[in-house]
Amino acid sequence: MSEMDKKQKPFKSQSARRKISIGVRLIVAFVLIIFSIFPILWVISASFNPTGSLATQTLIPAHLGFGNYQQLAASGDFPFWRWFFNSIKIAGITSVLSLTITTVAAYAFSRFRFKGRKTMLRAILLIQVFPTLLALVATFLMISQIDDVIPFIGLNTHAGLILVYLGGAMGLNIWLMKGYMDTVPRDIDESAMVEGATSWQIFTKLILPLLRPILIVIAIINYISTYGEFILARVLLKTSEQYTLMVGLQIFAGAQFDQRWGVFSAGALIGALPIMVIYLILQDQIVGGLTQGAVKG
Amino acid sequence: MASSTPLGNRKKPAFLPKTVSSQLIIIILLLVGDAAVGWVISQFVSLGYTPLAAAFFAIALAVNIILLVKKAYPLRWMVAGLVLMALFTIYPILFTVWVSFTNYGEGHLITEELAIQHILEIKYLPEDSKAYSWTAFKSDSGDYALWLIDAEGQPYLATEGELIAQPVPGQAGIGELDADGIPVTIEGYQRLNSILAATDPNLSNILFGQEDKTIQVRSPQEAAELVQKYVYDPERDVMIDQEDGTVYSNLRGTFSSPTGEVLKPGFIANIGLENFKRFFVSPALRGPLVRIIVWNFSFAGISLVLNFALGLLIAVLFNDPGFPLKKLIRSLLIVPYTVPALLTILVWRGMLNPELGVISRVLENLIGWAPPWFTDQWWAKVAVIIINLWLSYPYFMLISSGALQSIPDEYYDAAQVDGANGWQKFWKITFPLLLVAVGPLLISSFVFNFNNFNLIYIFNGGGPPMANTPTPAGHTDILISYVYNLAFSASRGVDYGFAAAITIVIFFIVGTITLIQFNYTKMWEEVSENV
Repeated sequence: MSEMDKKQKPFKSQSARRKISIGVRLIVAFVLIIFSIFPILWVISASFNPTGSLATQTLIPAHLGFGNYQQLAASGDFPFWRWFFNSIKIAGITSVLSLTITTVAAYAFSRFRFKGRKTMLRAILLIQVFPTLLALVATFLMISQIDDVIPFIGLNTHAGLILVYLGGAMGLNIWLMKGYMDTVPRDIDESAMVEGATSWQIFTKLILPLLRPILIVIAIINYISTYGEFILARVLLKTSEQYTLMVGLQIFAGAQFDQRWGVFSAGALIGALPIMVIYLILQDQIVGGLTQGAVKG
Repeated sequence: MASSTPLGNRKKPAFLPKTVSSQLIIIILLLVGDAAVGWVISQFVSLGYTPLAAAFFAIALAVNIILLVKKAYPLRWMVAGLVLMALFTIYPILFTVWVSFTNYGEGHLITEELAIQHILEIKYLPEDSKAYSWTAFKSDSGDYALWLIDAEGQPYLATEGELIAQPVPGQAGIGELDADGIPVTIEGYQRLNSILAATDPNLSNILFGQEDKTIQVRSPQEAAELVQKYVYDPERDVMIDQEDGTVYSNLRGTFSSPTGEVLKPGFIANIGLENFKRFFVSPALRGPLVRIIVWNFSFAGISLVLNFALGLLIAVLFNDPGFPLKKLIRSLLIVPYTVPALLTILVWRGMLNPELGVISRVLENLIGWAPPWFTDQWWAKVAVIIINLWLSYPYFMLISSGALQSIPDEYYDAAQVDGANGWQKFWKITFPLLLVAVGPLLISSFVFNFNNFNLIYIFNGGGPPMANTPTPAGHTDILISYVYNLAFSASRGVDYGFAAAITIVIFFIVGTITLIQFNYTKMWEEVSENV
């Protein structure tokens, strides 16, 4: 138990014990790391395997080939780059709009006192307990009906999908955001108000700059989760050129999984790369954002 | 939202719109918006989408009130979010609740109004309807025309899909009439003699004329007008067969005769708690459903324990400030968490592929045997749990190490003085304190796995399939993936009503757990806490 060791006085025997303990733990770490990164290594290897099939792959390919990546670039039988772009676009727009909606609403909840405020806050939280996934059928039917009248937000449109994502934007996020805003002292607002500032000015000039770090974290978490969302996009998008990367790759891999393994791997790697990079660079902030809201209290 | 008071209450409300012009702009924008929404609503109504039209109307009304009533000012800040939430979250929930009380699904996809319309279009050829003598004409392209003469000697000309006309000889290509009052020629058509006409295989199947007046050949001598087969009686909500007088009464969305014959199409009807009854008592469903529910809870529970245990173990092992390569180890260990899960589930599916996948091949080589990950129900379950462990232990590792650092050293010092060993310190100090900190996250995680649709659906589609079930079900299916199959895989007919009912059941399970969590974390109290 590591946290105990550090409190013991460094007698000679104990220093030896500590070395053994670290050694054992390093071995454990090694085993765990193999478990952790093997699938990733395997995909990397598959993406450079020139034969591109599941059956012929070895961890270290006999000879490297970029054939799978060339196939991706050529986008012969499937529009990979289109999907990739769609995903980046949809996740980006959703993340920015959702952040805007929640921040503005959270400000009202944090700074104004009005009748029904508590009830609304609780209701928003409770409503979001009902997972979007569960209302999938209803959402699908509704979007098909809307499609008959307002086709540009109907089935198979990115606008429709983004609106459905935004329908779930208020929820836990509004609580998180309001929590952060509550930590900004009200004295700031009041002195600004005495000088004649409007609520909107206070919000944009005073509160938003103070919250910038957490806003960025929430936007990134939103981005990552939208980027990885599968089932709503799967149900609402119908044609190949509208698919997001997740839908496209899932359908692409669904047929002839074996032969397409290499190309799939190359696509999965490129698709995963932006998110992995974001995570590894910002891991502390993201972890903080993910856990903080729920842990406090 | 009756009263809104500004902060501090010491000045006049600073948040009210200041200028007349800004107020005017709001009103103009609102009018334009209302006009657009009004048009959309009218379109929905004309298409028969009444619930959606009502939802749009209610939302538009609320938006108008929020934007025009001064007291509702705070709500203006969240009007976009509220509209989106109402439309894309609340409406689908209410719709799901409504559907759960109906038979919406295969054979019951349209409203009663529409179904009645369809049924009223059905016609039949009665024995005693108005009769005509007929002569057939055939065009070169194979179209038919009928020259009809009724009992009073009045002639008519009937073609497919066109209004039955009273022809004038000499006009519109109609030639001279012969002794029987039948034209010798009609332009573009060839007159058929009675033998040809009587033996023509098509003739007796053709419906001449248009919908409101249709004529069909009944015998070589006679053609007759078809009449509407069913008449709807709105008072009793029954269909009456005009041919034999059978009364078809509305039985749960299908017009059925006392002897069990039914009229198609059926329609959406309220069937009360029938779907829920089926969920709880239907003997055919009970077998698969009980297994799915048991597996659903076990999967969520086992996953939680395993994932948390591994995450915690790692956190404890490397929670040593001086541990070599700590940062690198952590970065490598969170890798599974950084890749979109959908992609890695597909990768695992490839790696576990029997014969071709790397894991199966390595095991074959090492021990000469590989588990049938996809075809055996138990190994499929093991595979799902292993993949889930890989996907989520990094999350637990991260939250556990965060929580570990928040435990004050004094506790350990005190335990040290009391002579506690490492094992005791872990179970008596570390674990209980940690549990307090991460408890709510564990509950969220359980709820998440309870509905972990992506993993189940993408890895194996819930397979392997159970044998002899009334609706498709698999051994690794959880409730939510089972619902998805009911609603979207049409192989045995979609059943939205039943799917919605199960959805409601899931909601109650998840809702109860979440309410416990809210109370546990005192989330409710947070509302009144600040300022």
